[in-house]
Amino acid sequence: MNIIEVRNVTKEYSNHTALSNVSISIPKGCIFGLLGPNGAGKTSLIRIINQITGPDSGEILFDGVPLNPDHISRIGYLPEERGLYKKMKVGEQLLYLAQLKGLSQKEAMDKLKTWFIKFDIKTWWDKQISDLSKGMQQKVQFVSTVLHEPDLIILDEPFSGFDPINANLIRDEILELKQKGSTIIFSTHRMETVEELCDYIALIHKSKKVLDGPKRQIKEEFKTHTYFVEYKGHLDQLDPIYQILDQKVLEDGYLRANIHLDGNSTANALLLNLVSKVEIRAFGENIPSMSDIFMKAVNEVPEA
Amino acid sequence: MRNIYLVLRREYLVRVKKKSFLVMTLLGPLLFVGFYAAVIWVAVGSVDTKTVQVLDESGLFKKEFKDSEALKFEFTDSSLDSAKAAFQKGDANALVYIPANVIKAPKSVRIYAAKNVSMDLKSEIEKVIEKEIEDIKLAEAGITHKILEDSRVNVNSETISLSDGGEKTSSSGAATVIGGICAFLIYMSVFIYGTQVMRGITEEKTSRIVEVIISSVKPFQLMLGKIIGVALVGLTQFVLWILLTTALTSATSAILSNNMSKQSAQVAKEMEKAQVANQAMQGNAADNPVGEILGAVSSLNIPLILGCFLFYYLGGYLLYSALFGAVGAAVDNDADTQQFMLPITLPIIFSFVFAQFVLRDPDGTLAFWTSIIPFTSPIIMMVRIPFGVPAWELVLSMVLLILGFMGTTWIAARIYRVGILMYGKKVSYKELVKWIFYK
Repeated sequence: MNIIEVRNVTKEYSNHTALSNVSISIPKGCIFGLLGPNGAGKTSLIRIINQITGPDSGEILFDGVPLNPDHISRIGYLPEERGLYKKMKVGEQLLYLAQLKGLSQKEAMDKLKTWFIKFDIKTWWDKQISDLSKGMQQKVQFVSTVLHEPDLIILDEPFSGFDPINANLIRDEILELKQKGSTIIFSTHRMETVEELCDYIALIHKSKKVLDGPKRQIKEEFKTHTYFVEYKGHLDQLDPIYQILDQKVLEDGYLRANIHLDGNSTANALLLNLVSKVEIRAFGENIPSMSDIFMKAVNEVPEA
Repeated sequence: MRNIYLVLRREYLVRVKKKSFLVMTLLGPLLFVGFYAAVIWVAVGSVDTKTVQVLDESGLFKKEFKDSEALKFEFTDSSLDSAKAAFQKGDANALVYIPANVIKAPKSVRIYAAKNVSMDLKSEIEKVIEKEIEDIKLAEAGITHKILEDSRVNVNSETISLSDGGEKTSSSGAATVIGGICAFLIYMSVFIYGTQVMRGITEEKTSRIVEVIISSVKPFQLMLGKIIGVALVGLTQFVLWILLTTALTSATSAILSNNMSKQSAQVAKEMEKAQVANQAMQGNAADNPVGEILGAVSSLNIPLILGCFLFYYLGGYLLYSALFGAVGAAVDNDADTQQFMLPITLPIIFSFVFAQFVLRDPDGTLAFWTSIIPFTSPIIMMVRIPFGVPAWELVLSMVLLILGFMGTTWIAARIYRVGILMYGKKVSYKELVKWIFYK
């Protein structure tokens, strides 16, 4: 079951196309990475899902139903450009934002208490936002995003502005929210976050979707049949089943080589072949990193 | 609706809780009452008796210089030189010398004083002498005092407005004052609260909170909530001003009259005397100007004026604050608002200027058209209402004003919804127009 179905969405502004015929499915209960270079159209898509703007054509289903104003309270949105009322007290502000999301004053109060204890920020209630540091403001804003326990949480660069300790805290919260059944959409440039957290990804480039699916499957598709080996001894450049792409001498005298394996041979065959020739210290398959995949996918798209 | 209410409540509370609101609310009536108190204080407190010595060689003025609260006259019969010497030793404030031939040579009157003589004192003394000489000369010419008094009439016309019911005594003076005050209040409040709406929107935009808010609330709801919230702040301020001013004024007058019951009793007596004299001279008690103003005010239709004031305050404010709001949404910071402000502020300023002419001619062509057109009607119609306006004109003007602010709100909402998400871009008029017709 998909919580969000984006079907053939196109959005045009007066002088450029933000999204062109984009279709994406976001399964329930996953962490979904929405990737793409700056200006690719990610924010436009997020704004459409948030009903801040509407698509020119195409449709979006939320939980199987076309997007409508009732869904607003089921979405939590943390925009990339963070912002709070500077001259308002933390408590009042959070209460206000929660009520705008449809909570009653009492519900909001109860939930806020839990979060204030969880984040150990009880003393902040009567402080003005402008008196908080940037990291503290981010925490407040994160609370406001998830307070109403939305089914779908959209986080645009959620870790920017956090120190490593707070970033970990937020990461754990995100994982906990996923455990509880929320779906999370990440929009980010940080590939290590994607690597670590995302189950599914979609890559948007130049207003078109160029790639999407489960992260595992995409990595599989982007495998290049190359292996690395660290060894002592001598290997020939060419062999019936493999080809050495590059090699270098490591500091301790060992050599490290990247080897491309013939499509019909297995890793076992390669290992057997190598064992007979050199002394092996380490061996493994080169799994493409998300940032490799990102670069490759983006560069493969022909210039418009 | 719930969202509009939530936004409205926040906008209202944030502003009402501000220190500046409290200061303005208290300061307004205090300034007013302070002014009022100062006037009373000066009237009561400055009574500082001055002694004037009079050396009257002609012997004509003995009865004419009457002691008053401010002046005490002492008469001396010594020669001028010894009087001068005595004056320098004594503590009298001035010495008046009237020679024997004063009727033939009025310019020979001299006032001696240690310091310069105040204009008041000088004119007071001159007035007494002039009047006596005049009387004497007229009597010589055969005109009696009686004829003289009959010839002094006080013309004070009464305007009577002929309306459906019948004759109503009105006073163009009172109408002018009330019309002027209402127009000024509307002028000020449109400016003050309109710019508050604009500031609020720019603030939301620059602090980037707008994106969070409009993921929960429709831009139109956010704009409307803000406009209505600020309107209520204005109403609250007006109501508090009226209540506080009334309370403070009555308290002040009570305290003042208590503290200085003695002095004020004297003042009252003085005033009574003056009034009696006045009335005797005019021979008609109803000519008393205080009574006239009170009568005129009560002849005005106060409920109608108050009702219209509220309507035109709200209408004018809604019409303009929507436009101010659109400007706030189109720019990135306060400094950039200037280029778009002019076309909005011009009609407001023009209305205020026109108001001065309309006060003089409340039924003219200019008055008619400017009180019908929505952009000027909130100010101009308020000027005209105390003078009486035909019902159909009032209704037409109100309907057009309602249509007017619906129109500006529609335009503003369209600019607003695009503008609030547009960062870091200098916008031109051409673009604003494009936004209006944006799908």
